[in-house]
Amino acid sequence: MKAWLVALNAIVIREALRFVQNRGRFLSAMVRPLVWLVVFAAGFRAALGLSIIPPYQTYITYEVYIVPGLCGMIQLFNGMQSSLSLVYDQEMGSMRLLLTSPRPRWWLLFCKLMAGVAVSLVQVYAFLGIAALFGIDMPAMGYVYVFPALVLSGLMLGALGLLISSTIRQLENFAGVMNFVIFPMFFLSSALYPLWKMAESSDLLRDICAVNPFTHAVELIRFSLYETFNGWALLWVVTGTVVFFLLALVGYDPARGLMRRRG
Amino acid sequence: MTRPPALRVSHVSLSYGAKKALDDVSFALPRGRFCALLGPNGAGKSTLFSLLTRLLVTREGTIEVAGHDLARSPRAALARIGVVFQQPTLDLDTSVMRNMRYFAALHGLAGRDATMRIEAALDRLNMRERAGETVRALNGGHRRRMEIARALVHAPEVLLLDEPTVGLDTASRRAITAHVHDLAAEGLTVLWATHLVDEIGPGDEVVVLHRGRVLQQASAAEVAGNRPLIDAFIEMTGGNDEALA
Repeated sequence: MKAWLVALNAIVIREALRFVQNRGRFLSAMVRPLVWLVVFAAGFRAALGLSIIPPYQTYITYEVYIVPGLCGMIQLFNGMQSSLSLVYDQEMGSMRLLLTSPRPRWWLLFCKLMAGVAVSLVQVYAFLGIAALFGIDMPAMGYVYVFPALVLSGLMLGALGLLISSTIRQLENFAGVMNFVIFPMFFLSSALYPLWKMAESSDLLRDICAVNPFTHAVELIRFSLYETFNGWALLWVVTGTVVFFLLALVGYDPARGLMRRRG
Repeated sequence: MTRPPALRVSHVSLSYGAKKALDDVSFALPRGRFCALLGPNGAGKSTLFSLLTRLLVTREGTIEVAGHDLARSPRAALARIGVVFQQPTLDLDTSVMRNMRYFAALHGLAGRDATMRIEAALDRLNMRERAGETVRALNGGHRRRMEIARALVHAPEVLLLDEPTVGLDTASRRAITAHVHDLAAEGLTVLWATHLVDEIGPGDEVVVLHRGRVLQQASAAEVAGNRPLIDAFIEMTGGNDEALA
């Protein structure tokens, strides 16, 4: 068991170092949600009226509403970034080094997932800190309760990234997948608008949002930030994590997946 | 009881769709020998390496590493293999030491034990003084030597190298070939895939692979007979100019 943890530790440290060395990545990870928070939310503040919906107990401004969605967005982008780095690893060969280690393959891939989650946690907490400086703060214990929620949502989005990386043959194909995954997942969710608001324009859109796992990741984060438990969102996120991870394992199975197609 | 061979490949076949990449490949490596897997480009060497390292699996045939069946006990078998892939697998922007530590950790080694093993492995390849350098600053030959040292950290019984001299200049190529022959002389079993016959010494074991089939396994001297090895190789494989390089 010690050997397994040694491997986990090394994989997480390697990913963290890559993240720290790439200042542009950290900067863009911070700037993206801040632009949404400061520019987009300010513009929409007047246009969007929000009623009191759980977990909020008073009227809230739009900036307050979208903070959990932006935390989710950070993790969504991070999951895809990890996926991109996996494809890069496959092209550069370091994936081979990882997969020929004498540890079970599922554990090695899980370590990769955990490494991505660790990096995303740093980003989300940095963002929450900056949001607090802008006056958008949460209940004190919310910052604690959101930790396990962020780990779970990070795992789910990372597992989705892992799954995508197992289906992509070349780095060049990645941009298209980003467009087909990130944007629909983000916009067809409760990150920017509550589902009842979506239902005002289209029931179908609302239904699509309701089955989007990202919606549930955002709701899990939102409820946790306000010290409230959301079992339904938790169930969705856990199920999503397990399904995506199992499918990714099939993709990385030496008898069926990736390496065979690559030849 | 006699020890099993360091590596035994028995009746291994693999197809990519309709194309048969490996066809009933069998050979065994005696311990402590330098064995060249000699074949022209496209012979199936890299496919065989993918099977030996379990990046690919096949239902046809068996592979045993020091008596451990790769299909039944993959972890025990993989723990006894050191691999140098054809394509470099390095983190260029970190130091040699950090690259080595990452690999050691993947094999469950950490702390003082890992440091000692890494230093010993770097010593074997005359790379100790470069431990603190960033990999990007190393030339191609030193990067390769680092990869070979890395593959020795966990004290494997078999060292697999897939065309490790590709892209290197003549001096680096010669130095690396000599280093790995020295490792074999010290008792390590080596499987060295190549299409370049000048990397093979007369006393080395040779497995000739062509179009996915093993044509011959014997010592280089026996394969060559009374002519140069290059002539024998060209005759067996129907001519290959690259082998003259």
